[in-house]
Formats: sequence, structure tokens, C-alpha cells
Amino acid sequence: MSGLKVTVGKISFDRPGIVASGIMDETGDTMVRMLRSGAGAVVSKSVGSNPNPGHRNPNFTEVPCGCINAMGLPNPGIDAFAEEMEVAVKEGPIIGSVYGSSPGEFAELAGKMEDYGACAVELNLSCPHAKGYGMEVGTDPKMVGTIVKAVKDAVKVPVWVKLTPNTHILQDIGRSVEEAGGDAIVAINTLKAMVIVPEFGKPLLSNKVCGLSGKCIKPIGVRAVWDLHNAVSIPIVGVGGIYDHRDALEYIMAGASAFQLGSAVLTEGVDVFEKINRGLEAFMEEYGYGSIEEMRGVAHE
Amino acid sequence: MSEAIVTVKSIEQTNKYSKTIRFDWDAEAKPGQFIMVWCPGMDEIPLSLSSVDDEKSITFKVIGPDTEALASKSVGDKLRIRGPYGNGYDLSSKRILVVGGGIGIAPITPVLKCKDVDAVFAARDAGEVAYADPLGKEYCKNHWICTDDGSMGEHCNAVEMVKKVLAEHEYDEIIACGPEVMLFFLLKYLNEIGMKCQFSLERYMKCGAGVCGACMCDEHRVCKDGPVFTGEQINKMKDFGTGRRDACGTFVSYR
Ligand SMILES: Cc1cc2nc3c(=O)[nH]c(=O)nc-3n(C[C@H](O)[C@H](O)[C@H](O)COP(=O)(O)OP(=O)(O)OC[C@H]3O[C@@H](n4cnc5c(N)ncnc54)[C@H](O)[C@@H]3O)c2cc1C
Ligand SMILES: Cc1cc2nc3c(=O)[nH]c(=O)nc-3n(C[C@H](O)[C@H](O)[C@H](O)COP(=O)(O)O)c2cc1C
Ligand code: FES
Repeated sequence: MSGLKVTVGKISFDRPGIVASGIMDETGDTMVRMLRSGAGAVVSKSVGSNPNPGHRNPNFTEVPCGCINAMGLPNPGIDAFAEEMEVAVKEGPIIGSVYGSSPGEFAELAGKMEDYGACAVELNLSCPHAKGYGMEVGTDPKMVGTIVKAVKDAVKVPVWVKLTPNTHILQDIGRSVEEAGGDAIVAINTLKAMVIVPEFGKPLLSNKVCGLSGKCIKPIGVRAVWDLHNAVSIPIVGVGGIYDHRDALEYIMAGASAFQLGSAVLTEGVDVFEKINRGLEAFMEEYGYGSIEEMRGVAHE
Repeated sequence: MSEAIVTVKSIEQTNKYSKTIRFDWDAEAKPGQFIMVWCPGMDEIPLSLSSVDDEKSITFKVIGPDTEALASKSVGDKLRIRGPYGNGYDLSSKRILVVGGGIGIAPITPVLKCKDVDAVFAARDAGEVAYADPLGKEYCKNHWICTDDGSMGEHCNAVEMVKKVLAEHEYDEIIACGPEVMLFFLLKYLNEIGMKCQFSLERYMKCGAGVCGACMCDEHRVCKDGPVFTGEQINKMKDFGTGRRDACGTFVSYR
């Protein structure tokens, strides 16, 4: 499978598909299972300073062509997460996702993830349904730069920055990440959304506002990666609505060095990674590509 | 899976502690599968189907705010449900003994209607188990009742009852649903005698659909890979009988 090897800045992965944050990655055993199912790496659940039960149920439902969620970043807190990481990092590359409300908090959390053996950290600057965190800090280019810089000063491992599509200044934010020394950009997180139940005359989810993911967001994600490719030269990791190898190829050809997926696990099962790996190999064979890198950004040419 | 707004057709007191809500919903479902139930005024919760025909039902023990909210529903009220989720029981073994403990009796009763099986109904007292007696009479060749306080049937626990039954009857597989302590000691015994089994497990659920990772028991998603697991699988689970994850994902030990 050497043709599937990819590099994102300083780190390389044997397989290009990575488990997106928040899907099957809250416990050590789960992350191990995903690595054994064909994923090249796993991004952990976004972890904060303290245990957080997240938003109350209902916080998830399927919608046509995807799903919505407002989990509210449930996690056991960074200290308890040490145990999960200890189990997971023995099996393969784990990228530690963190969220915070200040540059100092991000730096501290990232430092702990590095101590736990994460091969990189991913800053969640893009959760659309957690007040005071995520998207609220991630749509201000100056704030983004300050956070990235603080984390870069605190850790040696690569710093990935996950961005939201809920903005018209994505390229400016991307440039801020690059200028602050960020090692890679991950795009996209979920789109801000809502579902209302007419019979009750009320929004379905307890948090009302939620994030949309899955098949329906792919064209938006591909466009976001396309725009970022035109704006920055650091690597981009594409995510949003990838269900099969052709979806993954769209992201790669828009400029992504690797890709992540989450919602597809719902309908395709955990072996979706293995299926995509086989699909990519067959495609590369048929179309004469020797590596993922050779295909990266070709749509721009 | 599908989602639906269903209308409460009837709501009745099933036993001293539980209520049953019936509603029409033509989704295909198997015994052992569950749905996520919600309406304004409560959090969404997982409940097993206690009937899997076109007229479906949920039977729940009133133990907290959400089951209380459901218990206060009246005929004509609406519920928003999604599912059915999970794998359900594999009923391919020939001679099956079904074991329901406490509130675990209700979700296992649809099995009685799908297949000729014998059953053990175990509960705290007569108030909790009496409703199962007519079901046993109607659908099973043999059924046994036991209570912790001796107020109905044999005066013993579920595991002791199963031991007595197995001394006199032969089965190919045991299918059980009930509190984890009951399942823990039942599995221990079934391992000793080398009996095949399937148990339905419970963990804290959020998405119910196999994406969020809230309901993990070791590396298994109870909502999607389960809730029914084989004895072989459960024997390898270090979380089984040991502890479970709370809403934060923190592991909470039973002891
Ligand atoms: C697959 C599955 C099937 C179930 N089937 C039935 C059934 O048929 N009948 C029945 O009476 N009960 C069933 N339960 C348990 C039922 O979901 C809980 O009793 C219910 O959520 C309690 O809510 P409450 O607000 O009334 O009580 P609370 O006071 O909120 O909770 C009491 C206990 O219920 C459990 N619980 C609460 N919320 C959840 C949740 N989101 N997911 C899982 N457990 C939770 C926890 O152990 C908690 O300690 C099932 C659970 C699962 C996981
Ligand atoms: C249930 C669920 C939980 C998520 N939790 C997180 C999270 O904790 N941190 C994060 O950065 N993104 C989170 N996301 C967003 C995903 O990582 C991903 O960016 C998004 O779902 C788009 O990809 P997809 O279409 O492949 O799911 C979550 C998504 C879902 C569906
Ligand atoms: S409840 Fe989300 S994976 Fe089971």
C-alpha cells in the first residue's frame, strides 16, 4: 500500500484517511479499533480543561444526505484523557484535538496532548454550537493568529488548525494560520444549521443550533479547500462529506494532502476506510498516478 | 433507520413500576432493537421496543425526569422517535431459554411471539413480575417466575432459577436481558457449564446511531454493534461488570 502513503508537513501516514474529531475517538480502545480498520491516523475527540457532559439529548439526528449534531464537546477533561491516549498511541498516530477559550488554555491543553504522545495537535477553532469556544474565536483572523502563536510557542509537534466554513473570510483566516506558524489547516468543520419539528413548533435539538455534516456538505468543503489552496502554501487536510474514494479524490485534487471523515461511519460502517483505500489504489492504477501527492491540487492546473 | 412523529394510542400501567405506551409505526423492527424517544419537556432517551408489530410499544420503568415525563403522556399526545437501532437478537438456535430480569422482561417479550421458546421471568417482587405470567402462559410451553422476596413464583434470584431449569431441561442457547449484575453472574455460571448465550447490554447513549462514541463498552458501540452481544464477545469485555462511561465519557467504576 506504499502508493497510499501521504505526508502532511513533517509527519507521514501509511494511509491517507484520518478519523475526524468527534467520531469514534472518545476512548483509547475505540481509537485502536479505528486504526485497525484502515485509518491512517485518528484525531481524538476535542478535549478541554475540565470534564464536560456536553449538551443534553437530543443532540443528534440523521437528515437526508447527512446528519446534524450539537454534542457540545462532551469529554472527560484533559487529565482523564491521559489514560485513553496511553492506550491509543501504542497502536498508531493520534492527533490530539483540543478546544479552549483563551490562547493560554489552548497552549496548556496542546502541551498535555504532546506529553501524552500525540503526533500532532489539532486546534478546534470551529465548533458551531459551543458558546465562547470554537467558531466564535475561529472567525477572527487576529484571534486565530494569537492562539496559533501561543500553541506554537508551547509545543514541538506540528500544530493543525481546524477551520469553520461559516465565514466569508476563510482565506484571511487561513493566511493568519500560516503567518502564525501553523503547520497545517484542516477544513471543514460542520455548517451551522437547525432542524425544527413542526408538530411541536420547536427546534429538535436541546441546543437549538447545531452543525450539519455528511454527504450534503461535500461541495462546500471541496470549495473551501480549493480557496485555501489558493491562499496558503502550508498543507491542507480536507474533511466534509467523504463517503468513498471519489469523494476523497475531489478533496485531494482541490489541494488536500490527506483527508478526514466522520459521518460516513454512520451509513458505511467502520470499514469505510478500508474500502476507500482499495478504491484509491484501483483508481491510481487505472489513471496512472503513482502517489496521492501526484494527484494533489491537479484540478488547479 | 427512520424518524417519525407518532401518536400515543394507549398508555397503561404495566406493573407496579412501569408503564407501556402503544403507537402505530410501520417500520420494520426485530426483537432486541431500540428507539430514541423524545418530546418537548424531556431529554431524548433510548428505550427498547416491547412490541415489534405494526402497532409498536415501549415499556419503561419510571425512575427519573425523562421516564416521568413519558409516564405523564395521554392518548393523542405526540412523540418524536427515531430508529429502530441496534442489531437485535439472533434467534437461529433451535431450543432457546429466554431470561428477563426486572425491567429487562419487557424488551425480551417480543421474542416469545416470534419463536417457540421457554422463559424465566425474574423480579424483585410480584408487583414487578405478575404481568409476565399471562404472556408466559400464552406463548411458552414452559415458563418460570421467581422473585427476590418470594411474593410470587420461586423464592430465588434469576441465576438460581436458571440453574434449576437447566437441571431438568435442555437448551441450545440462553438469551437474556436485565440488570448488569444479573447478567454478570449469569454469564459466570453459563461459562462454567459451557452454554452459549446472548445478552442485551446498556450504556449511556447520545447519538444512538454509532457515530459519537458515547456508548462504548471496550471498543464496541453498544448502540450499533449491540445492544445484543454473544457470551463470547462479552467474555472479552473488560468494562462488562466493571463500570461504564458517563455523559462526559469518564469511566465510572461500579465499585
Ligand atoms: C439500548 C437501551 C435500551 C433501553 N431500554 C429500556 C426499556 O425498554 N425500558 C426501560 O425502562 N429502560 C430502558 N433503558 C434505560 C432507559 O434509557 C433509562 O431508564 C432512561 O434513560 C432513564 O431516564 P430518566 O430521565 O427517567 O432517569 P435519569 O434519572 O435521567 O437516569 C437514570 C439512569 O438511567 C440511565 N440513563 C439516563 N439517560 C440515559 C441515556 N441517554 N442513555 C442510556 N441510559 C441513560 C442512566 O443509567 C441513569 O443513571 C434502555 C437503555 C438502553 C441503553
Ligand atoms: C457527532 C459528531 C461530533 C463531532 N465532534 C467534533 C469535535 O469534537 N471536534 C471537532 O473538531 N469536530 C467535530 N465534529 C466535526 C467533524 O470532525 C467533521 O469536521 C464534520 O463532521 C465534517 O465531516 P464529515 O462530513 O465527514 O462528518 C463532529 C461531527 C459529528 C458528526
Ligand atoms: S450512542 Fe453514539 S455511538 Fe452509541
